[in-house]
Amino acid sequence: MGTTLKSGAAILIESLLQQGVTTLFGYPGAAVLPVYDELYSSPVKHILVRHEQAAAHAADGFARASGRTGVCLATSGPGACNLITGIATAYMDSSPVIAITGQVPTNLLGNDAFQEADITGMTMPVTKHNYLVKRTEDLGRVIKEAFHIAGTGRKGPVLIDIPKDVSVSRIVWDKEKDTVNLRGYRPTRTGHRQQIVKAMDLIRNAECPVIYAGGGVIAGDASGELVQLAERMMIPVTTTLMGLSCIPGDHPLNLGMLGMHGTVQANSAITECDLLIALGVRFDDRVTGKIEAFAPHAHIIHIDIDPAEIGKNRQVHLPIVGDVKIVLVQMLAGLTRGKEHDVWRRKCTGWKEQHPAKYNDDGFLHPQFILRKMSEILGADAVIVTDVGQHQMWTAQHYCFRYPRQLITSGGLGTMGFGLPAAMGAHYACPDVPVFDVSGDGSIQMNIQEFGTILEHNMPVKIVVMNNMFLGMVRQWQELFYDRRYSFTALPPVDFVRIAGAYGIDGIKVESCDEIVPAIRTAIETDGPFLLDFRVEREENVYPMVPAGAALHEMIRGAGS
Amino acid sequence: MKLHTLNILVEDRPGVLSRITGLFSRRGYNIESLAVGTCEIADMSRITVTAFGDDAQIEQVRKQLSKLIDVIRVSDLTATERVERQLALIRVAAGSGQVRMEILQIAQIFRASVVDAGEKSVVLEVTGDTEKIDALEKLLRQEKNVACRDAPAPAAASARSRIL
Ligand SMILES: Cc1cc2nc3c(=O)[nH]c(=O)nc-3n(C[C@H](O)[C@H](O)[C@H](O)COP(=O)(O)OP(=O)(O)OC[C@H]3O[C@@H](n4cnc5c(N)ncnc54)[C@H](O)[C@@H]3O)c2cc1C
Ligand SMILES: Cc1ncc(C[n+]2csc(CCOP(=O)(O)OP(=O)(O)O)c2C)c(N)n1
Repeated sequence: MGTTLKSGAAILIESLLQQGVTTLFGYPGAAVLPVYDELYSSPVKHILVRHEQAAAHAADGFARASGRTGVCLATSGPGACNLITGIATAYMDSSPVIAITGQVPTNLLGNDAFQEADITGMTMPVTKHNYLVKRTEDLGRVIKEAFHIAGTGRKGPVLIDIPKDVSVSRIVWDKEKDTVNLRGYRPTRTGHRQQIVKAMDLIRNAECPVIYAGGGVIAGDASGELVQLAERMMIPVTTTLMGLSCIPGDHPLNLGMLGMHGTVQANSAITECDLLIALGVRFDDRVTGKIEAFAPHAHIIHIDIDPAEIGKNRQVHLPIVGDVKIVLVQMLAGLTRGKEHDVWRRKCTGWKEQHPAKYNDDGFLHPQFILRKMSEILGADAVIVTDVGQHQMWTAQHYCFRYPRQLITSGGLGTMGFGLPAAMGAHYACPDVPVFDVSGDGSIQMNIQEFGTILEHNMPVKIVVMNNMFLGMVRQWQELFYDRRYSFTALPPVDFVRIAGAYGIDGIKVESCDEIVPAIRTAIETDGPFLLDFRVEREENVYPMVPAGAALHEMIRGAGS
Repeated sequence: MKLHTLNILVEDRPGVLSRITGLFSRRGYNIESLAVGTCEIADMSRITVTAFGDDAQIEQVRKQLSKLIDVIRVSDLTATERVERQLALIRVAAGSGQVRMEILQIAQIFRASVVDAGEKSVVLEVTGDTEKIDALEKLLRQEKNVACRDAPAPAAASARSRIL
């Protein structure tokens, strides 16, 4: 017992199973042949993507939709390099991903051998940690550590680079012997008691408090506690793009998204509040606008698991380092019902009523209107994934999200091409609901080859293209800030239904308003993938908009407001 | 902006130094000097970095460094009581006996010791603060004898940090 010899590749696959991995996304090549040989007869489901970037995004999409760590696999050199955009995307949004790459044999390392790339060197700035495993004996421990690092504290991607000889060599392996003992990695989870007492005092005494909640609340599975705090203390909540689904879209205390394309009520509440409770957010410049004018009258409590986020962009009055769920439970234990904040809440509702999210139903095909219809029809029964651009912002503004992780989007890096592969990952996390990928005609063409993967596995991924024949978001900036000089942002027309058809995916082109609802229904009723090519109004803009660097109250509300 | 000395205790593993220097350059900070060595604890190394920055900037660097998995502890020694020493090796041309005598006299005043003596030159070793070493160099240069001064190794391993 325990004395049979195991190859590095076998140790790798067995370790993945031990970590609960059921699905991984990858693409083969010489340096990972031993691993692929092991996969051939393994219970781990391997999804062959059509481009390694898609493997990384799919692993990321899986992680975001499930809360569990996603895994992708690529060969050395070009395969590994193709993962980088996906790894950086996961890094910026703190998503737990394990990227496994093959490497040239250890005796050739550093020799510019065929398909050698220093992938650990290249990914140092975009991973939480990475490893070059030089001995088979270290592999089991490294995999355990990697999963531990990726999935705890502030989550993030970890890369494991495995030279070919390390996966070929056979050793005696005792998997129980590998333990995780990282002296330099002990995230703080419980909040400092005295800080919590101070926070409770500030909350009890505030007249105009606002909660500013973000991706940390979703990552920390703390939506329930967040809503409890808001309801018990009657505090309005605004969320970042990354936090959008942490409070139901139709909750009476929800002010919607804040920031550059945030709602009038959210941005006004930030500007006027006297207490800002920042939960799992990082004061990103898309959110704060001109930082000195952000919440200028407020005391700020900042709860974050990453000490480096405290005071990075904005000095705060009361920092609490810890896991947001644990800290909220600590706080809730000492908070009984307090002020009702009637006047303040009425003020917020007033803003909301005066400036409802605008959309046109004048008979033309407006993306906002389409998203409203999608929201009405799909409601809670779909996972929504987006690409990057105007369609992403309209999804954020017009879809009413009902539960955490219902929206999956690339916020920090803003990676066009994220949507379709992330939707594949989301499907494996939530196999029972359809996944809708809202994209643009620019973004979809950045990973369109994945139509092949989606069809091969008959994934119920519904592709919605808001086809405006423009790189719309960039065109909008050119219209507003560059005198309408549309420099290289127009796209020639593409017949996406025919492209999908070539891969074997059905779809319809939608050109008029009365076709919208039937088209969405057809997409739902069709088994497997489906494509909707919406020929939308070409020069629609996303409003409200706070120009880059302006203060949040300096919003452009758009024509007709 | 002032010069800060950061004392970084790290796992003794390949690639650690490049993680640290990479972080400095990525976040836009310049390293003034850097010293790496083993330390009194097994499997760990101590990296001493000096860098210019205001307190907030250096605090951010300190926190970002602490996030590296291979970094065990980072302390900013600037505000703590510490001992700072530089070590310099100076090669001085000394052909004639007369010059050699003068150099040895200057060396004595500065408590520098001769660590190598050849036919045409001697090598002095001196430790102390920057001012002392600068003063010695100035005197030797007045004699127009200094052939080369090796960059001072920032042997800033502080006494305090051993107790920490
Ligand atoms: C075209 C475009 C436009 C955009 N416009 C907007 C906009 O108008 N408004 C907007 O909000 N965003 C917008 N974004 C997104 C923006 O760029 C940022 O990605 C986003 O605002 C960051 O969200 P966040 O602050 O919630 O932080 P995240 O990136 O989600 O970071 C999470 C934070 O929570 C912390 N954390 C993680 N786990 C825990 C835990 N368990 N406990 C405690 N803390 C934890 C982390 O340390 C981190 O500080 C836009 C993006 C694009 C591409
Ligand atoms: C990989 C990548 N390249 C460039 C950009 C810059 N960019 C942001 S939005 C955008 C246009 C997106 O166009 P499209 O996908 O058609 O969506 P739309 O804005 O028209 O809805 C571009 C080019 C980006 N975010 N990502």
